[in-house]
Amino acid sequence: MRRDRLTFAMMFGIPIVQLVIFGYAINTDPKLLPTAVHAEEQTPIVRTLISGMKTSGYFDFVAATSDPRETAEMLARGEVAFVVSFPVGFTQQLVRGDRPQVLVEADATDPSAASNAIGYLNTIFTRALAHDLNGPLRALAAQPPPYELIVHPKYNPEGITQYNIVPGLLGVILTLTLVMIMATTMAREVERGTMENLLALPAEPHEVMIAKITPYVMVGTVQTVVILLAASILFSVPFVGSLFVLLFGISIFMIANLALGFAFSTVAKSQLQAMQLSIFFFLPSLLLSGFMFPFRGMPQWAQTIGEVLPLTHFLRVVRGVMLKGTGIADLQQPFLMMTGFAVVACVIAMLRYRRTLD
Amino acid sequence: MSEFAIDVHGLVKRFGDKTAVNGISIQMPRGQVWGFLGPNGSGKTTTIRMICGLLKVSEGSGTCLGFDVVSESKKIKAHTGYMTQKFSFWEDLTIRENIEFVGRLYQLPKLRERVGQTLETLGLTDRQHQLAGDLSGGWKQRLALAAVTMHKPELLLLDEPTAGVDPQARREFWDQIHYLTAQGMTVLVSTHYMDEAERCDEIVYLANGALLTQGRVNDIIDQSGLVTYKAEGVGVRQLSEIIGLEPGVEHVSYFGSALHVSGPDAALIEQALNKTGKVDGLEWHEVRPSLEDTFIALMNRAGMDTRVHS
Repeated sequence: MRRDRLTFAMMFGIPIVQLVIFGYAINTDPKLLPTAVHAEEQTPIVRTLISGMKTSGYFDFVAATSDPRETAEMLARGEVAFVVSFPVGFTQQLVRGDRPQVLVEADATDPSAASNAIGYLNTIFTRALAHDLNGPLRALAAQPPPYELIVHPKYNPEGITQYNIVPGLLGVILTLTLVMIMATTMAREVERGTMENLLALPAEPHEVMIAKITPYVMVGTVQTVVILLAASILFSVPFVGSLFVLLFGISIFMIANLALGFAFSTVAKSQLQAMQLSIFFFLPSLLLSGFMFPFRGMPQWAQTIGEVLPLTHFLRVVRGVMLKGTGIADLQQPFLMMTGFAVVACVIAMLRYRRTLD
Repeated sequence: MSEFAIDVHGLVKRFGDKTAVNGISIQMPRGQVWGFLGPNGSGKTTTIRMICGLLKVSEGSGTCLGFDVVSESKKIKAHTGYMTQKFSFWEDLTIRENIEFVGRLYQLPKLRERVGQTLETLGLTDRQHQLAGDLSGGWKQRLALAAVTMHKPELLLLDEPTAGVDPQARREFWDQIHYLTAQGMTVLVSTHYMDEAERCDEIVYLANGALLTQGRVNDIIDQSGLVTYKAEGVGVRQLSEIIGLEPGVEHVSYFGSALHVSGPDAALIEQALNKTGKVDGLEWHEVRPSLEDTFIALMNRAGMDTRVHS
């Protein structure tokens, strides 16, 4: 192993790096979730409730508006995880003891990400109101609370985990198989001695790359069809959006992964090393993309790493299209990020591709 | 069109701090068959790879078919056929698929027809759907030769094409080589077999990354100034060690039942043979040195036999 430095790094260096990264990054109780508030009135009671949510640490108010359509769009684009709405006359009704409704709409595409914050809401409100409900209002502090909390878990009202996991698995499976298969291809040519012949033949690096990637795009397409059928038949995952947009996203995602696999194969000296490199890439994809753990639960630096990974963006596309019906206009950023990743991987692969046996 | 198929000067190839090829110059005219000889590790394969653009040249310059070996390897590849030392076609493709694949990469017109012809010439039409990996050594070599000559290259570079191939297949292979040169192809072939070397128009002999000698077989033997005596009979083998110790004897080699004693000076050898070679009435007489005798002598004189024996 002393002479195989890559294997050595894989077995000691990288596990330590991963231990540190994943240890600090993974958090199943996400805090500071972006929230939009839609308040029809600004009264001391409403302000108290909002500041109570703020101090709880679960909610980070990023927008306030009086236009409900705007908040709905923000939720659909995934810019906010919650929208809190206080209706007109909320304070008056509360004071009268009519138990007005507070509406909390949550993006429940990932049920586990939102559940803790929602679970604490009643406690948060009760505690916040304890100060204000004194004097003549003391009677309202008794049970039941003087308001009615309505929670709308949107896009996945029953909080079914499969709705979130199965579309995500499409991305995970494509990442695992495509990167790994692709990474071993050139190493296999080297191991079998056919690389020398390939280099002696008049084939340009980009031609080799296109020829190597094309069959696996077909393999990935077959996988996609199988997984989508299974999602529909076995798991009854809804499909709200446009299949065309999803297929477009899948194509870019597959090319990004295959290009990365090809780049790995220009680095790896053997199929074994190619496998190791693929796993090295696969683990953060699994853990930091928002597939296994809520993306927003991670510290900023880990989110930055996650933003680089194509799986992170693909998850936004696949969950957005299937569960929310997000259109292409609202998916520009993930599409651009995946395309950018593919381009960078291609450039690295072409720069690293050996035209000679040196 | 340049006069030489290969015209390189002072080619040097270093791998890290090891120099595999140290300043080789070759001017090879078109239409000939040249043999590339030398012990393992002498730089034959490295030189061939540099000529066809598979390895970057560390130092030196030159042209192959008029194209620069440093900057125009793409054009060189299109006009040469390179047969690797180890079988390097795709063992999990069939014979036909391999040939078709190569044909496509060279963008041959009328591909189906060409593939059909090639299979016919090879005598592989019946077995075209067999996997290349299932072929015996001789057939693999035929397949490889067919694949690298399919695009009618001007220059053929063959790296030990006949290693591990039976004598009949070797003969057929050489007939094929001479047939191709008759059609104007230039062939550079590396080999360890002296009988193959003798079939070449000229020989280039490498040792330790440098050119040791070059020329026609007969010229090389003549120029070596070597004198060889031969005796045949039972028990000559026991003599070889004793004779080898005598002054003036450069080397003694044993062929079948015959002993070759070689050295630069006839008088000294006769003296040595008179002293130790008069056993059981062995008849010693002078013969023309073989190419092998010559090469071993050249190597010894140059003090170049620094191969590491395990």
